[in-house]
Amino acid sequence: MATVSTNEMKAGTKVLIDGDPYSIIDNEYRKPGKGQATNTLKIRNLKTGRVLEKTLKSGDSWEVADVEDAEMQYLYNDGEFWTFMDPTSFEQIQAGKAAMADAAQWIKGEETVRITLWNGVPLLVTAPNTVELTIVETDPGLRGDTATGGTKPAKLETGAVVKVPLFITEGEKIKVDTRTGEYLSRVGK
Amino acid sequence: MNWQPSATIESLRARAALLAAIRAFFAAREVLEVATPLLSRHATVDRHIDSFVTQDGRWLQTSPEFAMKRLLAAGSGPIWQIAPVFRYEEQGRHHNPEFTMLEWYRPGFDHHRLMDEVEALLRHCGAPAGGWRRYSYRQAFGEHAGFDPFALDAAALRERLAARGVAEPDGLGDADCASRDFWLDLWMSYVVGPQLGREAPAFLYDFPASQAALARVRAGDPPVAERFELFWRGLELANGFHELSDAAEQRRRFEADQQWRRANGRVVPPYDAELIAALQAGLPDCAGVALGIDRLLLLLSGRERLDEVLAFPADRA
Repeated sequence: MATVSTNEMKAGTKVLIDGDPYSIIDNEYRKPGKGQATNTLKIRNLKTGRVLEKTLKSGDSWEVADVEDAEMQYLYNDGEFWTFMDPTSFEQIQAGKAAMADAAQWIKGEETVRITLWNGVPLLVTAPNTVELTIVETDPGLRGDTATGGTKPAKLETGAVVKVPLFITEGEKIKVDTRTGEYLSRVGK
Repeated sequence: MNWQPSATIESLRARAALLAAIRAFFAAREVLEVATPLLSRHATVDRHIDSFVTQDGRWLQTSPEFAMKRLLAAGSGPIWQIAPVFRYEEQGRHHNPEFTMLEWYRPGFDHHRLMDEVEALLRHCGAPAGGWRRYSYRQAFGEHAGFDPFALDAAALRERLAARGVAEPDGLGDADCASRDFWLDLWMSYVVGPQLGREAPAFLYDFPASQAALARVRAGDPPVAERFELFWRGLELANGFHELSDAAEQRRRFEADQQWRRANGRVVPPYDAELIAALQAGLPDCAGVALGIDRLLLLLSGRERLDEVLAFPADRA
């Protein structure tokens, strides 16, 4: 069993606590000149996304979680599972709804996504930071109105709904930031 | 590869100016500047301070205290020095395994008179002139924790810490749970310390006798260690003692600390037998203090992280 001591815990270190995988966000070392040293660790539960704080005596350790990130290509969704392929080994892997979380609404096929694997099983799928998608449904725009700054909802080909400027029309392709869900720009034809 | 310093050139200039100001301060007061070895055949046995050991079995100093006391016993009179010190501990926002220490000793002073001089030095170096505070360990806990630290046992300190919303460390052993000092340290780290010296620096003095380190213990109810610490914006800056001069008592403390380290699976360095011999020959009644220069510079220049005032912190060294 590999363990990691407080002095090796950096942002991004993956640890196993009470059977759950966590990622270290921040590690703060405190030590009175003549007293017991401790580390306050801000950690994120990789299954639930919940962030919490724990304290350890300096020098104590946690078990290392077998968590790694892999870049994979999205192939298809059969309604229950999303299937991805490792572009070098061509090995395929399936992620369920929980692991897909937000990513499901941003990908349509062939995108390269980041998959966080825990003991080889997908824990979290992260969509590319930006995606280009076609609008399938939106209210008729006010042509030429580029100045008022108003927005309207638009449904994308993946089913996601984003706010777009009033001048954007159905059938147009737009660039969206998947981290914020915000419209970025039109994509030139 | 990041070859560049983490401190700005302006910050390096501020350090040079601070060192010059300190040197002028002690020259004006006719305190003698001395130099003592960084490498020694013995080391501190303090329970919570670990030393680096070299290939040939010598130890890098964690403070120049022992050598300076030997000079005092040899009749040096008041002495000071700025020295690099090394502590085998983690790098953090306010910690680096090697740092710069200002240490000085004043024959004829007790810890209160030395606090006056620490205050004078810091004002001379640009710290605020007004708003300084001094409280006893007991007063500080009363004010910032809401209880008398001498009146509660380990279980009560633990219970109150949880009620305060401070998470205790995971996986504690029985010995830690039963130790009053362990819980007092957590209270100091997480609750009391961060509230000290918010506007201007604050001294804390008369510690529990169980945390005497190398300070005298004054009999009383409860007995207290004649020790002080200086805090500024929640950061511990200095630690001073009305120095213990009783050789037999010093040897007893060293041996007890070694015993504790052995029982807790820690490295047990040899203690400084030459210091004991010097105390037997006679250490003048004196007070001494160690002050972290890097932290002082950080606070004087209004910065947040120690690496902003270090040319090359441990991860770039």
